[in-house]
Amino acid sequence: MTHPFDQIPARSSGSKHSGGAGSGPRILATRRLSRLPSTFWVLAVLVILSVAVTLLSPAFGLGEMSTSFVKTLGKTLCLCLAALAMDIVWGYTGILSLGHMAFFALGGYMIGQWLMYARTEEIVVQALSSAPIPATATEVAQGVATQIFGVVGGSDMPWIWGFAYSLPLQLALVVAVPGLLALVFGWLAFRSRVTGVYLSILTQAMTLALSLYLFQNDSGLRGNNGLSGLQNVPGLGAVTQDVLSIWFFWASALALALAYLGLTWIISGKFGSVLRAIRDDEARVRFLGYPVEVYKLFVFTLTAVICALAGALYYPQAGIINPAELAPIASIYLAVWVAIGGRGRLYGAVIGAAFVSLLSSWFTGGRAPAVPLGFYTIDWVDWWQVLLGLSFVAVTLLAPKGIGGLFDRALGLHTPNRKGAPLGPAEGALQEQEAVE
Amino acid sequence: MSALLEVSGVSVSFDGFKAITNLSFSIGPAELRAIIGPNGAGKTTFLDIVTGKTKPDSGTVLWGEKGQSLLKMSEAAIARAGIGRKFQRPTVFEDQSVAENLILALKSKRGPFAALFFVLSAAGRGRVDALAQNVGLADHLSRKAGELSHGQKQWLEIAMLLAQEPRLLLVDEPAAGMTLAEREQTTAMLVDIARTRAVVVVEHDMDFVRRLGCRVTVLHEGSVLAEGSLDHVTKNPDVIDVYLGRG
Amino acid sequence: MRALFLAVLLACFGLQTHADTVAQIANAHAADLAKPSRQTIGPVIADLAASGDPMAAKLLEAWGNKALGQRKSDKAFFVLAPDAAGYALTDLTGADAGTAPKAEITELKPNAGVRGLIASALVQFTLSDPDPQRRAQALDSIAQDPKAESLAPLRASVQTETDPQLKAQKQRLERLLILRFDPDPAARVAAIASFGADLGLDLRGALNPLLATTLVASAGDASQLNIARTLHPGHDLAAADAYDLLVTAGAAPARLTHEAQKKALAAHIVDGKVGTVPVADLTDQSARDRAYTDLEAAGTVPTAATDDEVAAAIAAHQFYEVYAEPNRSVTTAAQAALAKISLAVGAMQVADLTLDGLSLAAIYFLAAIGLAITFGVMGVINMAHGEFITMGAYTGYVVQQIVPGYTASLVVAFPLAFALTFAAGVALERLVIRHLYKRPLETLLATFGISIALQQLFKNIFGTQARPLTSPPWLDGALTFNDVLSISYIRIAIFALALMFLAFFLYLMKRTRLGLEVRAVTQNPAMAASMGINPDRINMLTFGLGSGIAGIAGVAIGLFAKVTSELGTDYIVQSFMTVVVGGVGNIWGALAGATMIGGLQKAIEWLNPSNTLAAQTYMILFIILFIQFRPRGIIALKGRAAGD
Repeated sequence: MTHPFDQIPARSSGSKHSGGAGSGPRILATRRLSRLPSTFWVLAVLVILSVAVTLLSPAFGLGEMSTSFVKTLGKTLCLCLAALAMDIVWGYTGILSLGHMAFFALGGYMIGQWLMYARTEEIVVQALSSAPIPATATEVAQGVATQIFGVVGGSDMPWIWGFAYSLPLQLALVVAVPGLLALVFGWLAFRSRVTGVYLSILTQAMTLALSLYLFQNDSGLRGNNGLSGLQNVPGLGAVTQDVLSIWFFWASALALALAYLGLTWIISGKFGSVLRAIRDDEARVRFLGYPVEVYKLFVFTLTAVICALAGALYYPQAGIINPAELAPIASIYLAVWVAIGGRGRLYGAVIGAAFVSLLSSWFTGGRAPAVPLGFYTIDWVDWWQVLLGLSFVAVTLLAPKGIGGLFDRALGLHTPNRKGAPLGPAEGALQEQEAVE
Repeated sequence: MSALLEVSGVSVSFDGFKAITNLSFSIGPAELRAIIGPNGAGKTTFLDIVTGKTKPDSGTVLWGEKGQSLLKMSEAAIARAGIGRKFQRPTVFEDQSVAENLILALKSKRGPFAALFFVLSAAGRGRVDALAQNVGLADHLSRKAGELSHGQKQWLEIAMLLAQEPRLLLVDEPAAGMTLAEREQTTAMLVDIARTRAVVVVEHDMDFVRRLGCRVTVLHEGSVLAEGSLDHVTKNPDVIDVYLGRG
Repeated sequence: MRALFLAVLLACFGLQTHADTVAQIANAHAADLAKPSRQTIGPVIADLAASGDPMAAKLLEAWGNKALGQRKSDKAFFVLAPDAAGYALTDLTGADAGTAPKAEITELKPNAGVRGLIASALVQFTLSDPDPQRRAQALDSIAQDPKAESLAPLRASVQTETDPQLKAQKQRLERLLILRFDPDPAARVAAIASFGADLGLDLRGALNPLLATTLVASAGDASQLNIARTLHPGHDLAAADAYDLLVTAGAAPARLTHEAQKKALAAHIVDGKVGTVPVADLTDQSARDRAYTDLEAAGTVPTAATDDEVAAAIAAHQFYEVYAEPNRSVTTAAQAALAKISLAVGAMQVADLTLDGLSLAAIYFLAAIGLAITFGVMGVINMAHGEFITMGAYTGYVVQQIVPGYTASLVVAFPLAFALTFAAGVALERLVIRHLYKRPLETLLATFGISIALQQLFKNIFGTQARPLTSPPWLDGALTFNDVLSISYIRIAIFALALMFLAFFLYLMKRTRLGLEVRAVTQNPAMAASMGINPDRINMLTFGLGSGIAGIAGVAIGLFAKVTSELGTDYIVQSFMTVVVGGVGNIWGALAGATMIGGLQKAIEWLNPSNTLAAQTYMILFIILFIQFRPRGIIALKGRAAGD
């Protein structure tokens, strides 16, 4: 990664506002969240948004906003959460993972197993209760299995559904399955020092392998049918979708806020300093005595778990999950959001994800007005992808700092002027071979 | 013999090209040593082997009183064991402030959890201030390292190296790109450091080496050609032939 | 269609007089013709066969096709053909007999069983048909549905066969029929042995039914049975299955299923209880069993077999897998023959797999070679590479719409695809990649942006359905060595194309000025520039070249794959894998990578043929593990040149 990520809104920019240059020791003060203006603003916006959505919602407010839009906003917050994780792993640590949406979807699958199993069980028990003889546990289990796996021609519960009856166990799996996958994959990849573009391709391959595996009918997760009916929460049959949507929105907002605070804390301290150092010059960090691979593995796994949690909140709002959700392209979009929002700054990731995903659903939802050109009418449903692709190229080329860069300009922050020298650490700093040969 | 670092019989080749052949070298706990040699003599490869970047094909590299082998250790573990390395070109973290650079280097637990819950103690803060003072960067602590001049970056890197508190310093061409005054300062500093720890300086510049006034090891084609005081080795006909003769 | 053909043919050869004409036979068997059954039809067919009258075949053909009718007025038989007036009639001498309204004719509609007999009877006529094509057809129909009855007519026709090829076919078929249907076991064994380790599918098709087994339970003497193996309940046969077998054979009473038990319980609920058990307690199996026992004791339900009875019934019987073929010498010979064949088949399958793997490797190599140039030589990752492949395929499609003739259109399409994608590549390099040489990850993302834009653009222009890119007729078909080993010509062509590109690339890099300059720029751009090489120009050309080859690969891939906007996406990950596994910066690496990935994918598919998705999954997992051991690929640049 040979590109500096401008002012990190951590302690350096904090110091600029608080004391200015020259006041040496002050900059060494321990992290203080209040010093970070972006954190305050992000949290404030989240609170305002939550209040506004609640007041406009059909369940607790005026009903100006449709339930489906509440869900869209809730889902967007989950995507922002995934983007936060992506920013940590890419923007801060320099690992361009093209697999984090796979962890996101895995989280969704894990929670989806419980949602679907418990909900189907309710229905089966309901159906069997009208019979003269009460059902045995085996009969209920068989009924559930037939209900869930009828579509793929099965009637047995695969072993991976072993914990699906229990919410706590399945919640543990939301963390454990993607976490373990990330841990094992990351360990394999990092220990063999696969970096840069290679690592990106390898993560993409992992995602593809996972999605191809899930596409099979005998994967035990209903093949390309995926899991459905996830919007119905077992035990809450009496609660309407209007109310549920707001609950999930709150949960998503809370999760995003907590993650934002937690991650801000992490990256504003020495840990964040090590991460940025790894991003800019991994070998140098190694020579300082830091176990770079352990750090990378830690970050890779942590962010995978965050993505999984985001997915576990997202899919009950989406209602359905299938293997297409973890196609490699989804993970690339995640990178696109972070890039457009601005890498290496947490609020950039949030803005990018919210902006692009909302814009995308506006364009692809057919709500954007078509542009008549006389000889041809641009229908945005067809042309949005083209626009997105090209604008992504434009952002990469012209505004590598993304939307976040605009804030810098507005606030008058700028990076060191290196007079046209290539960005990042001095070139060839560790390539002594040039000097020898 | 109480050598701090004992390299013996090390060979390494890249695609048939023998970069190092049966090289042996040792240095005591508080010694200043200069390594000179023409381009391609294997100076940098030697540093790579000691710091774990390159694994030799044969030979042993033993470290410390216990004679621990460095060959099985990772770069990070070797650095933690007390070997610091300064690179030819300054490599500091340009995107981070001078203070952050120094804190990164400051001797401390290196694991991720230690970093996560790291709080800079008063002693640590004092040490950062003192190091910055030493290299004349006290006024630049909050500046980004990328904004520093080339010489200042060199100094910052030296300060970072000291912050690591290594027992052995490997310094690759420290004088490159420095002004005359800076060179003198560097010389004095290296001599000073070598009072308490071992320092290996890899250098091209004869004047600089002369000013260090220490034992010199001459490398040629991957093995030691001569060793002794500068005056001694410059009289060695082999050395004159392969190195000094070529200028 | 066939009926018509036959009718015309027979009409051409004219009529001959015979002792018993078809018309006479038909009259003699009028009742059997009108109301045929499987039992009565035999003599009719035998007489017809004996008549030697060419009309016999025509009559049978018409009869089997429900085109034979009987005039109501005089009970005479006619061959019917639809006509404006009803039916056009042909009498049984082959002469035109005018027309008749439908109401005057009773159509004879023999049932399917009878039609089957008619059809096999027809075979003996056609086996000696003067037209070799008809004889070949008859042979095919026997081979597809071998029957004991076909043996005699086939044997009879072998002697008179004049065509040597057909004669060989007939003799082979005769032996195949002998080994299945000959009454003499020794003849059958001899027939089996005569084939040796023949790889023909027809032989295996004939041998396998001989070894078909059924599960048999026997309480007494089993020495009459041709036993394949004895089964032991509880070991190689589940006890429940063994009992079910007895139930099916009527040797034991049916066991009470849970379903039946539940029904019985539900039918006997009295005051909220079944027997002594409250209904609410019936939520586990043991409670239900207790309730049922209560009902049994009360005599309200029939007694179900207890576990002891089941065990006793099973113990009283022996269980065997029995060959349907009663003759042991035949089954033994068949087994030996199949064992020999399966060994030979195995060897051929390995060869076939190797060919399959090689041709897949050639495809991956074609798809990856452009990438190997841009990624390997220039260090630039081009996510839009897949879209360049698609672009090539669509170019081929469009050219085929304009240029008539598949061969000519391909001749135009290849250079045109190269030119278009070359231009696209140069444009991409000039506009985007040039600005990102120092930022590889951003190149990846920017070219990805291009990739999604292009993909959607293809969708907007060509729609989502697959477009046909048809290969010229001379590429149809396959080079067949035997029933196991074959390779389609199109794959051979792609293999040849891949070799051509390899040669071209090697020539370009090692023997031309451009190649020299490319290598110079790759190794040291600054030095190359100081020697008067313009790195900008070289980079542009290299990138264009890599993209152009992708376009050509696209045309080739389009010939056998579906051309959709996602064509490239299907190959991009494999292409990257090919380059990464093979080793970056080396054409031999790409070749080795393609060979490994292609071979591996085929091998995994062979181990698990039902599931190509799983094969891809396992292959990717393997690659991830492979990278562990050879992070720099199969053919790695070692030492300092590899950099860090």
